[in-house]
Amino acid sequence: MSSGLQALRGSAVIAGVATFGCGETPGFTDMELLARSARAAVADAGLAMRDIDGLCTASASAAMWALPVVEYLGLNPRYIDGTMLGGSSFIAHLLPAMHAIRSGQCSAVLVCYGSAQRSAAFGRREIVAARRFLDPQPYEHPYEPMLPVSAYALAASRHMHVYGTTREQLADVAVAARAWARLNPDAFMRDPLTREDVLAARMVSDPLTVRDCCLVTDGGGAYVLVSAERARDLPKKPVYVLGNATAVWNRQISSMADLTVTAASQSGREAFAMAGLAPKDIDVVQLYDAFTINTLLFLEDLGFCPKGEAGRFVADGAIAPGGTLPVNTNGGGLSCVHPGMYGIFALIEAVRQLRGECGERQVAGARTALAHGNGGMLSSQATAVLGTQEAL
Amino acid sequence: MTMQTITQGASGAQAFHQSALDAGRFLVQRCEECSRHVYYPRESCPHCGSAALRWVSPSGLGTVHAVTTVRRKPAEGGDLNVSLIDLDEGVRLMSRVDNVAPGAAHIGQRVKARVQVKDGRGLVLFDALEGGVE
Repeated sequence: MSSGLQALRGSAVIAGVATFGCGETPGFTDMELLARSARAAVADAGLAMRDIDGLCTASASAAMWALPVVEYLGLNPRYIDGTMLGGSSFIAHLLPAMHAIRSGQCSAVLVCYGSAQRSAAFGRREIVAARRFLDPQPYEHPYEPMLPVSAYALAASRHMHVYGTTREQLADVAVAARAWARLNPDAFMRDPLTREDVLAARMVSDPLTVRDCCLVTDGGGAYVLVSAERARDLPKKPVYVLGNATAVWNRQISSMADLTVTAASQSGREAFAMAGLAPKDIDVVQLYDAFTINTLLFLEDLGFCPKGEAGRFVADGAIAPGGTLPVNTNGGGLSCVHPGMYGIFALIEAVRQLRGECGERQVAGARTALAHGNGGMLSSQATAVLGTQEAL
Repeated sequence: MTMQTITQGASGAQAFHQSALDAGRFLVQRCEECSRHVYYPRESCPHCGSAALRWVSPSGLGTVHAVTTVRRKPAEGGDLNVSLIDLDEGVRLMSRVDNVAPGAAHIGQRVKARVQVKDGRGLVLFDALEGGVE
């Protein structure tokens, strides 16, 4: 960890956040969901769109997505980051934006995303076919894995084989997420869910059933990053970025050296080092739960429990409401929202928890939060450690 | 393993590998600098960066490392095994254990590679060495 990164600790504040259209929002395009979220996040920060001079955004469909976003929002950004690492992108965007703010290149960075994945007229089957054509994986696609779920299923098979993790323990991740979602009026799925429900659900790619898989929803999310100095004049309680790091070890699941250890072990270690904190110091945790196995892997790789122990950890109710470690308090990608890429929503929930805006699901007195994003097939990992003024 | 010089010619590694498969031959690469095997085929060694990659015929023997069954309706082709296979040479690849029922492939199973050529296009599949059906 270079001292340069530690000097950035707490230098930037997430001053505004917003979501729009989470769930089912027919009649909206990706851009419209993004634009509504962006406008609301900028207003939440107490700023106007003309104050925005930095932009970070990514799309799973459009390779040059920053261009239409600049055009649509009428921006003139001096800092643009269109890095696309999959669902982790919007957490990975943090550190470069902190550098840009610190250097004076820009002063207010808008990070934004929108996807009409659930309601889009262009069907999911066509999208899968188009992506396979544009971005071929000649050593995997001929075997017809159902991507991404089969990749995560393969990782789950290893975790079960090596560590004795059970099908029931995977189900407990989905049950905990649903229990949190039931406390969140904005969550998409709020019906009761039991371990038996998850086990009896339709098998998609063994050992994962449909209830082990994230939702397919619409939704937009956005946040605004400014310097800590600038944030003093803005209306909302400041949430400081204490640490952020990103790591990529592979793209394809067949190229992953150990299917039970993700690059989150690197991004987490580096983000904690920058923050000067350890897992025991974190009050509330948001993990990118595209599939139930993700939560187990990230609990281990980020240091919240020893490698191989996450199944037993969640089976004891540790991550559910009332447990020792509040995880995915909005209901996560499994029960709250998952419009193609979830990372920005994990970060937004972390900010809302630190602001104390979470109503019935609020973790009392939360001063530190971790938001972790995943992208691809357990490929890209980005970890953010956030804190209130008390955590500085 | 058969060590032999296989000349790649003018194409990139991917096209050469596929053309060998289309002719019924499964080849992997081995780095002459660091001696590690490489798969999938590349233009330089991902372990040491060397461009000295030589094509070799692997033994074809391997072990199932991870398994899943893709559940599909019969009209969509029915259930399908997708496995990650570790070749004895130390490389991993995605493939299918083809001679057992989709749900019968299991981690630790010993398997042997076979090239299926269908409509002129080769694909590496694996057969379980025990418990398989013809």
